[in-house]
Amino acid sequence: MKPAAFDYIRCDSADEAVALLAEYGDDARVLAGGQSLMPMLNMRVAQPKMLLDISRAADLTVTRVDDGALAVRAAVTQSAVEGRPSLVDEVPLLAQAFPHLGHVQTRNRGTVCGSIAHADPSAELPLCLAMLGGEVVLRSRSRRRTVHADEFFQGSLSTARQPTEIVEEVRFPLARGGERYAFAEIAMRHGDFAIVGLAAVVSAAEIRVGVGGVADRPWVQRWPRLVDDELDAALNQLAWDLDARDDQHASGAYRRHLVRNLGRKLIEELQQ
Amino acid sequence: MKRFTRDARHRIELTLNGVKRVGHSEPRTLLSDFLRHELGATGVHVGCEHGVCGACTVRIDGSAQRSCLSLAVAAEGQDVQTVEALAGPEGSLSDLQAAFRRHHALQCGFCTAGILMSASEFLERMPEPTERQVREMLSGHLCRCTGYTPIVVAILAVAAQRRRQTSPG
Repeated sequence: MKPAAFDYIRCDSADEAVALLAEYGDDARVLAGGQSLMPMLNMRVAQPKMLLDISRAADLTVTRVDDGALAVRAAVTQSAVEGRPSLVDEVPLLAQAFPHLGHVQTRNRGTVCGSIAHADPSAELPLCLAMLGGEVVLRSRSRRRTVHADEFFQGSLSTARQPTEIVEEVRFPLARGGERYAFAEIAMRHGDFAIVGLAAVVSAAEIRVGVGGVADRPWVQRWPRLVDDELDAALNQLAWDLDARDDQHASGAYRRHLVRNLGRKLIEELQQ
Repeated sequence: MKRFTRDARHRIELTLNGVKRVGHSEPRTLLSDFLRHELGATGVHVGCEHGVCGACTVRIDGSAQRSCLSLAVAAEGQDVQTVEALAGPEGSLSDLQAAFRRHHALQCGFCTAGILMSASEFLERMPEPTERQVREMLSGHLCRCTGYTPIVVAILAVAAQRRRQTSPG
């Protein structure tokens, strides 16, 4: 349970990090909060030749409201965003999701961008970003590009990020008037990996449901407003479409059960 | 930019429990191991080494974090507090430690050091916590002896005691 040897470079700016990535590419891993990467290093699931620590890069510690989105840069911790008094008005879905995200002791160091970049299929922040139609800003030495969440998440722990890019910023769209938001999760123990994470957004015209922990990436489904049997039928179809598998945490049948029942509970609460 | 090469031991200076300390560390050395083996802070307990059990929790620049999910080189220049910081100079227990003893909030004590560091941060941040908030904070720690309830009671008792002490009259 000790990491294999690596070189460690503490970067003072994003410029330094992308310059080093241009040089070392796949041999380097970016370390921000490390709450996903450090366990992988300790268990030697990951054995990079070099770690680029961006946690003290001053230009990456910024959170701001900009152009209709809450923009969170790469070194901002989850606790820092969770602690924004205005978060409940800015991105209410995030405010509801944070308590399920690991534990306060890991949120104190773990970053928002790091969780997005790691792209665990059961993670809360990727689910929220996909659900809200957010964006990821990727930056290499030569260019900066913005990728929609749908394109960014490509599978379990797999994203559109190239080896020479950092996730510089993620952008969560601000709450829209007339939309209501809810988040719920079932895990073995509070703060563990989700067996099923569920997000719902209801407006006058539509229902959106997002599911984490079942498919290989966050799954977002849109329907017109549905009630009663129609809603049950739609949720049942969704539960089967997700192709839930059995694993050591839960059976596929239990996951389908959770999607149907947790989904109905969240949507009915929002439609009241 | 600062570079630390593998397989070499680098001089790391940090503040441990209010005192400037210096030790030597490879880049891959975990903060938990550095605190124990290099600086002698053996109150830092090492359990799972992947961030689940919470035994190694310390305060880094004030915030409660897993020292097994941090590198010693990354803590350079930072302010680290371990359980050794809690008791008074003659070994007198802090109010939190005394409450843990009074309420039987520990048995074997392995998890206790981490829980005390989380609780000390938590009570500064939330002076009037609900039981639910205490349990949410505690969800980041595993204890196999107590069943958690005495720990919750002890933390709530300290919060109430501190409020009484600071309330006017």
